[in-house]
Amino acid sequence: MTDLLYSDVEEDLRASVRDLLADKAGAEALLARVETAEPYDLKLWRTLADEVGVAGLAVPEELGGHGASAREVAVVAEELGRSVAPVPFLGSVVLATTALVHAGARDFVGKLAAGQAIGALAVPLSTAPGAGFPSSVTANPDGTLSGRVGTVADASVADLLVVPAAGPDGPGLYVVEASAATVSELVSFDLTRRVADVTLDNAPATPVASGPAAAGALEQALLFGAGILASEQTGVAEWALTETVRYLKGRYQFGRPVGGFQSLKHRLANLYTDLVLARAAARNAADALATGTDVPISVAVAQARNAPIAVRATEEAIQLHGGIGMTWEHPAHLYLKRAKADEIALGTPGKHRARLADLIDLPA
Amino acid sequence: MTVTAEDLTRQATEFLANHDPASTDRMDFLRARFDAGLAWIHFPAGLGGQNAPRALQSVVDEVFTAAGAPDNNPRRIGIGLGMAAPTILAFGTPEQRERFLRPLWTGEEVWCQLFSEPGAGSDLAALGTRAVRDGDDWIVTGQKVWTSGAHESQWAILVTRTDPDVPKHQGMTYFLCDMTAPGVEVRPLRQITGEAEFNEVFLTDVRIPDTQRLGAVGEGWKVAQTTLMNERVAIGGHVQPREGGLIGIVAKTWRERPELRTPELRDRLVKHWVEAETLRLAGTRLRQQLAVGAPGPEGSAMKVAFSELNQALTGLEVELLGEEGLAYDDWTFRRPAIVDFTGREAGYRYLRAKGNSIEGGTSEVLRNIIAERVLGLPSEPRVDKDVAWKDLPR
Repeated sequence: MTDLLYSDVEEDLRASVRDLLADKAGAEALLARVETAEPYDLKLWRTLADEVGVAGLAVPEELGGHGASAREVAVVAEELGRSVAPVPFLGSVVLATTALVHAGARDFVGKLAAGQAIGALAVPLSTAPGAGFPSSVTANPDGTLSGRVGTVADASVADLLVVPAAGPDGPGLYVVEASAATVSELVSFDLTRRVADVTLDNAPATPVASGPAAAGALEQALLFGAGILASEQTGVAEWALTETVRYLKGRYQFGRPVGGFQSLKHRLANLYTDLVLARAAARNAADALATGTDVPISVAVAQARNAPIAVRATEEAIQLHGGIGMTWEHPAHLYLKRAKADEIALGTPGKHRARLADLIDLPA
Repeated sequence: MTVTAEDLTRQATEFLANHDPASTDRMDFLRARFDAGLAWIHFPAGLGGQNAPRALQSVVDEVFTAAGAPDNNPRRIGIGLGMAAPTILAFGTPEQRERFLRPLWTGEEVWCQLFSEPGAGSDLAALGTRAVRDGDDWIVTGQKVWTSGAHESQWAILVTRTDPDVPKHQGMTYFLCDMTAPGVEVRPLRQITGEAEFNEVFLTDVRIPDTQRLGAVGEGWKVAQTTLMNERVAIGGHVQPREGGLIGIVAKTWRERPELRTPELRDRLVKHWVEAETLRLAGTRLRQQLAVGAPGPEGSAMKVAFSELNQALTGLEVELLGEEGLAYDDWTFRRPAIVDFTGREAGYRYLRAKGNSIEGGTSEVLRNIIAERVLGLPSEPRVDKDVAWKDLPR
């Protein structure tokens, strides 16, 4: 039966990630970093990889990982969402590593799982599961790749790019050294997860899967990503609710705590209700990914529900904080930007609903 | 030694071997099951249980169901099982537990709840039905409302005002009231659906022996809290399959009636489907928390979400039906034994769902509860807290 709770092991994992993030990724440090030349905190990333083992968390032990499952990855995603930590978890662990595991690319998986390299999956971050194999990159007869992919998550800190490309014999999945590509980071809407354009011009590439295996590996990575993202969105929404409640208890106007006004209490109660649902949907998606049962529906439901919940929670956080919520110095905007970008990431809620309608037989 | 699932399976199997469901009289069977401690297993020995973990109840139930054994028709006696029984167990004297729990569980005696009044809805503690001491009895006069099953009940749990001179929470006393006693008058309360699931109950000089008082004089609020806490637990319900609720009905109509479909309705239907599925998962999660002994505070939130979904979904269903939505199945006054969302048509469901955000705590009160008790936000001002009940504005 589907297990929607957190195990003791998962709670321990959560505690160690949370402690680390509280220590090293506080709001002030985050804000100080976003406009520097190093928006990613790669030192923190290495600590997460070395001390907690997040890089190879769900990688099978025989491939050099920790042999955990989507359930543990989801717990880490929740905590990273709660702190909007600027680390390449989604791009490297969730997307690139998953694609390579499904492609059976042992050596590359080993590097990523050990935290020796950072990966990125060279598809636009907005790509939804079931989108069809991309054709923006072409495999040349000499084995090199050419083409351009926009808005690739975490590509600007990646060492390895996992690139789906259309070859003469159909879909292929390749690994390209980032140094062989032109990666230019965009001015990203989400300040704590950057997107970059990747241009390949006869770039040397290592093929890791072809034909249906390549398409399957890509689809598995996208499903995994969309399902795990629902946990990140839960973490983002939980931060927004917790922080807004905390603020409104201490903020006095008209001689009373603002949090005592019933109109605000009811809005916060609605956010709590959203969060109860988001957590159930996220846990269900994580458990489905871990057991391999009912995956497409569970993932579509979780994305359709949780993306809007994270957006609403962060929008409410801005409004209910009043003026301070509109300032650059308060971290609320980092969460709003993450939530809004996450709404587009790996398929909008509308796309997931459209896919779901087909999966559950509600025809047009 | 804690009882295990294996122990219970063995007990139930042995019981069935000695009491063939096919040849045993239904009531004899139920009484024997109660006496064997296989009724509500978390109750004490001698009162239908054996102090077993509540989470294992389903183990026993499944053995009985698989054997085709008669059940106690739990939907018919839901108020007795869910509200009266736990309160009698918590506050009853040994004599009261002995007298009431067995016929309650077997369904020989049906229970109803006399709590709400025309002047005490969300503010239940403002209730004014008076109970005045008269020797070994109490004389009760007042009006109760929204009593489901009153016309079919032998007994009621009743909260009264025994001391009007103290603040409202202090002056209440809880009774077990014989619904066949002189002075009890039950009148149907017709709803916007045309039917009457509920009643008004008029109590005029009803004589209740002091031996039917539950808990101490003046402690009625504390006793009532136990009842209401258990109501929330009972609402938790059973594990639903996907599309198990109203959404399944609307989805079926959608699949069978292509001529009704529009893109806009489809988008709304899929949104509701997602909401229904997410709520189902949240309900499953809540039950999993209960099963491991870690109940969370999510129940109030789920009830708010559930009523909003039901209202939106039933509204969509009427709209989807178009012309047919202009007809109603039947306005004839009737008295259904149980609410049947599935046995009636879309218009009925739409109207009945309006009650979902009122019954069992209005959504507004539940939001206050979430904000105050879960999120720890400041309480609403309580201007009536230190005022004698008789001096409250009304």
